[in-house]
Amino acid sequence: MKKKSMNSNTVLLLITIVLFVVMYAIGCVVYHNKGFDHLQTFLNILINNAGLLCVACGMTCVMLTGGIDISVGSLIAMDCMILAVGMERLGMSAIMLCVFVLLIGIVFGIVQGFLVGYLNIQPFIVTMAGMFFARGMTAVISTDQVSVSSNEWFVKLANIKLEIPFEIGAYLNNKGKLMIPYFRIPVVISLVVLVVIFLVLRYTKFGRSLYAVGGNEVSAAMMGLNVKRTKMKAYILSSFLCSIGGICYCMNTMSASVAQATGLEMDAIASSVIGGTLLTGGVGNVFGSFFGVLITGTISTLVKTNGKLLSSWSSIAVAALLCFFIVLQSIFAMVKEKKK
Amino acid sequence: MSKWKKIVSMPLFLPIFCMLLVMATNIVYDVASGNFALNFFTIEIRNGVLYGRLIDILNQGSAIAILAVGMTLVVSSSAGTDISVGSVMSLSASMCCMLLAGYGVASAVELQIPLIVGFLAGILMGCLCGMFNGFLVAYLNIQPMVATLILYSAARAIGLLLCNNLIVYIRDPAYKVLGGYVGFLPTPILVAAICVAVMMLLLKKTALGLYIQSVGINKKASRIAGLNSRKIIFLCYVVCGLCAGLAGIVESSRIYSADSNNIGLNYELDAILAVALGGNSLGGGKFNLAGSIIGAYTIQAITTTLYALRVSSNEAPVYKAIIVIIIVAVQAQPLKDFFNKKAAQRALAKGRR
Repeated sequence: MKKKSMNSNTVLLLITIVLFVVMYAIGCVVYHNKGFDHLQTFLNILINNAGLLCVACGMTCVMLTGGIDISVGSLIAMDCMILAVGMERLGMSAIMLCVFVLLIGIVFGIVQGFLVGYLNIQPFIVTMAGMFFARGMTAVISTDQVSVSSNEWFVKLANIKLEIPFEIGAYLNNKGKLMIPYFRIPVVISLVVLVVIFLVLRYTKFGRSLYAVGGNEVSAAMMGLNVKRTKMKAYILSSFLCSIGGICYCMNTMSASVAQATGLEMDAIASSVIGGTLLTGGVGNVFGSFFGVLITGTISTLVKTNGKLLSSWSSIAVAALLCFFIVLQSIFAMVKEKKK
Repeated sequence: MSKWKKIVSMPLFLPIFCMLLVMATNIVYDVASGNFALNFFTIEIRNGVLYGRLIDILNQGSAIAILAVGMTLVVSSSAGTDISVGSVMSLSASMCCMLLAGYGVASAVELQIPLIVGFLAGILMGCLCGMFNGFLVAYLNIQPMVATLILYSAARAIGLLLCNNLIVYIRDPAYKVLGGYVGFLPTPILVAAICVAVMMLLLKKTALGLYIQSVGINKKASRIAGLNSRKIIFLCYVVCGLCAGLAGIVESSRIYSADSNNIGLNYELDAILAVALGGNSLGGGKFNLAGSIIGAYTIQAITTTLYALRVSSNEAPVYKAIIVIIIVAVQAQPLKDFFNKKAAQRALAKGRR
C-alpha cells in the first residue's frame, strides 16, 4: 500500500520535472535571440522567486497536514510595508526590523494555528480572514508606495552580486563587455531554507509527524501524536517562512505598496501542488515544490520575454496549470479508490 | 435566565443583534459629533429619489445580498465556500461591457448589440464559471475552496484580457438601468428583492431546499436515499455563479463601466461574512436564507458605518476579518464544549455546597 502511494507521487513529480525541462527548452529555442538560453536567465528566475520559494516551503508544510494557508501574499505585503516604513520614515535599524518582522510572522502563525488546530475551524476561513487582515493592516500602516533607499546596510545587502566562479556561463553582451552570471543574497537565503526544510521533513520527529497527521488524523492521534500542536506548529512555520520570504521579497523589489504580492498565495499553492503535494495531505516534499516554483517562474519569464502578451496571461497560465494538476491528483485518487 | 437563553438560541438572533449594535453605534456617533441623533434613520426625497443612510445601505448592500443567496446554498450543500464570487463578478461585468462596446473600445456611446443580450451574456458567463467550479467540486471531489481558488485568480485576469487591459465605459444612459433608479426607488434594491423572492419560492415550494440540506448534512446517506448528491452540489455552484454574474452586472451598471481590477474587490469576504453572520454554520447542513440576507445588509451597515467613522476602504477589511474570526470562533465546537464543561463544573460545585 505504501509503495503504491509513493508511485503515484513519483509520477506526479516526474511529470513536473519533465514539464519544467520541456518548457525551459522551448523557451530557449523560441527566444534564443532574446537571450533566454543564458545562464543568467535561469539565475534571474531564482532571484525573482526567492521569496516565493520560502513561501512555497512553508505552504508545503501546511499542505502536508491537509490544511492550506492563503494569507501568505498579504503577509508579505505587510512585512514589506513594515520594513519600508520602518527604514524610511522612522529610521530604524534594518536588523531590528528584520527580527521584528520575523516575530510578527510567528505571532501571526500562532493565532492562525491556534484557531485551526485547537478550535478546529476550517483552515481556509481562518487564513482568508488572515489574508484580509494583513492586507488591511498594510493599508493602515501606509497607503503610499514607499521605496527603500536610505538605509545603507539594507541597500548594500540587497545589491551584493555573488558571481559564479570560473566564468561559467559568461558571455559577451552586444557591446563586447564580458557579463558574468551572478545571483543575490535572497537566493542564498531561500536555498538554505529549502535544504533546512527538506532535512526537517525527512529526519526530524516534527517533520514525520506532519506526514502522519496529514495521512490520517485519527490514527496519528492514536499513535500518541499531539495532532493539535502539530497543526499549530505547521502554521507557525508557514508564517515564519513567509516572513523570511517577505524580507527576500523586499530586498528584491526595494519597495512596498498595498497592492504588493497580490496573488502570491496562488503561485505558492500552485507551486506546491505542481510539485506533487497532495491537497488532501500526507504526501509531498519541498524538492517538488522547488520545481513548482521554477515552473511558475519560467511561465512569468516567458510571458515577460515575449513582451507583447498581457501580464494577465501568466496568472491565467499558472491557474490553468494548477487546475490541470488538481484534476490529475483527483483522477489518481479515484483510480486508487477503484482498485480497493 | 432560561428566557435569555431562548432568545440567544433563536436562529435570527445573531444578525439582528449585530444590526442593532451597528445602529446603536451610529446613534452614538451622531450624538457625539453633534448631529441629529436619529440621522441614521431619516429618509427624505431629494431630486425625486429616496435619500438617506438606510436607503444607501439597502442600495449598496444589494450586491452582497444577491451574492449571499448563492453563497448560502454553496455553503450548505458542500460545506465549503466559493471564494471566486468577487472575481466572477468582475469577469461577467467585463464580458457584458466588452460585448456592448465591442472589443478593444474604451468608451462606447452607441451599443453594438441590444442591451438585454449583453446582460444575459454577462449572467451566462457567471453561470459558466459556476459550472466550472461545480464540476471540479461535485464530480472531481476537490475541496471547494481550492477549486474556486483557480477562478479567484484567473477570472480577473480573463476579464482584463476581454477588455484588452482597458476600463470600458458605456456612455448610453440605458445601461444605467440596473444600477440607477426606477421612479424614486434604487433599482439594485428591486433586483435583490426579486432575486431573493424567486429563490425563497424555489426553496420553499419545491423540495430543493430540503435536498440541499440533506446533501450538506450527509452526502453519502442522501445518495443512498436516492438523491443525486453530485447533481445537487453542481446546481448550487451554478446558482452561485449566476448570482455572482447578476451582482457583477448590477455593480457595473452602477458605475457604467467595467473596471476589472476593482469590481467585486473583497466581496468574497463580505459574502462569506454575511452567511456566517446569518447564523449558518460554515460546516454545511442546515441553512437559513433570511438570516443570510439580513447578514448581508448588516455587513453593508458595518461598512457604511466604518466609512462614516473615516476608515478608508483599504483599511475596512481589518475589522471585517476580526468579525469573521470572532463569529466562527464563537460557533466552534471545541469552544462550546469548553464552556459547557465549565458550566457543568460550576453546577456541580454549587450542588456540593
